[in-house]
Amino acid sequence: MIAGKFFSSVIPVMANFSTNEFRPGLKVMLDGDPCSILENEFVKPGKGQAFNRVRMRNLKTGRVWERTFKSGESLEGADVMDRTMEYLYTDGEFWYFMEPDTFEQHQADAKAVGDSYLWLKEQDSCEVTLYNGSPLSVAPANFVELEIVETDPGLKGDTAQGGSKPAKLSTGAVVKVPLFVTTGEVVRVDTRTGEYQNRVSK
Amino acid sequence: MSDWRPGATLAQLRQRAALLATIRDFFAARGVLEVETPLLCSRGITDPAIEPLVVREGQSLAAAPRYLQTSPEYAMKRLLAAGSGPIYQICKAFRDGEAGHRHNPEFTLLEWYRPGMDHHGLMAEVAALVCSCLGARPWQAFSYREAFQRSLQLDPFTAEIAELQRAARQLTDPGTLTGGRDLWLDLLLTHGVEPWLAGQGLCFLYDYPASQAALSRLAQRDGHRVGERFELYIDGVEVANGYHELADAAEQRARFEADNRQREARGQSPRPLDEALLAALAHGLPAASGVALGLDRLLMLASGETDIRRLLAFSWERS
Repeated sequence: MIAGKFFSSVIPVMANFSTNEFRPGLKVMLDGDPCSILENEFVKPGKGQAFNRVRMRNLKTGRVWERTFKSGESLEGADVMDRTMEYLYTDGEFWYFMEPDTFEQHQADAKAVGDSYLWLKEQDSCEVTLYNGSPLSVAPANFVELEIVETDPGLKGDTAQGGSKPAKLSTGAVVKVPLFVTTGEVVRVDTRTGEYQNRVSK
Repeated sequence: MSDWRPGATLAQLRQRAALLATIRDFFAARGVLEVETPLLCSRGITDPAIEPLVVREGQSLAAAPRYLQTSPEYAMKRLLAAGSGPIYQICKAFRDGEAGHRHNPEFTLLEWYRPGMDHHGLMAEVAALVCSCLGARPWQAFSYREAFQRSLQLDPFTAEIAELQRAARQLTDPGTLTGGRDLWLDLLLTHGVEPWLAGQGLCFLYDYPASQAALSRLAQRDGHRVGERFELYIDGVEVANGYHELADAAEQRARFEADNRQREARGQSPRPLDEALLAALAHGLPAASGVALGLDRLLMLASGETDIRRLLAFSWERS
């Protein structure tokens, strides 16, 4: 609170949230880390102390676990925002994203980008989670369209079913594709599972 | 547009009505009198773990607020002391801050009192009532101690606090939770014993640690002081809480005062004592057992609905 009092123009004063306000998606500070509430269950042993069993995700480490609070305890809200941004480019050290309305740019380090770099194509939209104004994590769109840069030659006539082969995409990701798909073609991939969906006509 | 529709289905509303009819038949056949007592009471309860909703505005209130009852217990005990004989009540009760899959801040209680019965006698009657509502099924009773020994392999009366904390950490991340022995026992009960009870069907826990006696009589069991209290669990869901009722006015006053000291230690405001109840106890409460049963929970079990909000015509969010 002292920080809020003296630096309120820089650091927003976050509200406190009581356990009965914990809803899935709420972002709170716990032990110095921003966390997202996944589930919140109120339990009470008939008489006696009531608890909230709260499943949460540490947004820095990704760890998901259950923490128990006394009902009525409160946590400070975390200054965490999800923003849809356009991916611009990488210089090898940082990945750069732009807010479409303000053109404000953000640089994310490898820790924030994680494995998402495998699905980032320039000018694609993705979800950037900002913590205190800086990228904390990056999530690609659920489906992305990427060009195949390397795969074994296609087999003629094998357009029906059966068999798959690895294909390297322009981002470096390797996915399994049907045998008939060839280098230079664009394919649609589900980024949550890494699974090939279909060919995309150019 | 405002969501005006009920959360419950018409079939559930009918099932609730049928349940109420079954309960009234059950008590009529046993000669138990249906009564009503006020929802808005001039005294709240001292229990540090239960917060009432308080009504503060209105001409009728004069200077003092009124409390929406958290249970009709005190008023019903005054009726017992006045010679009512066995009584039951179906009423709304309110508890602030209790909301979840099985909790709504406003809920329906069935509460009844049986002069001349101890808590074991009343457990048998609770089981009979539940069977008449849900269909016949076997039931069993475990002492609090036995349930902890069987589910967590520890003795709740003799284990050191450090041992309770270790067991709690196996079940959850307790973070910065602080509290005495009862806090850790409560956590082990909700996180460890209740999941075990989920496999035990219709069952009771009885003879709680004396520190959790609430309004029950104290007794000695195997060298430990226990409160003659019970809780009913059906498939792990806590449904009812009963007491072999404390009838000693001086002891009751001492417990109220101990509650208030605990409230103050926790930063909660102390509550004025219900002097009318204490006077009724001083006049003489017949030896009796009493129980409060959550009717919405019973209806959940009867209908298979797992979320109380889909069972109430209008849950807290829709009311």
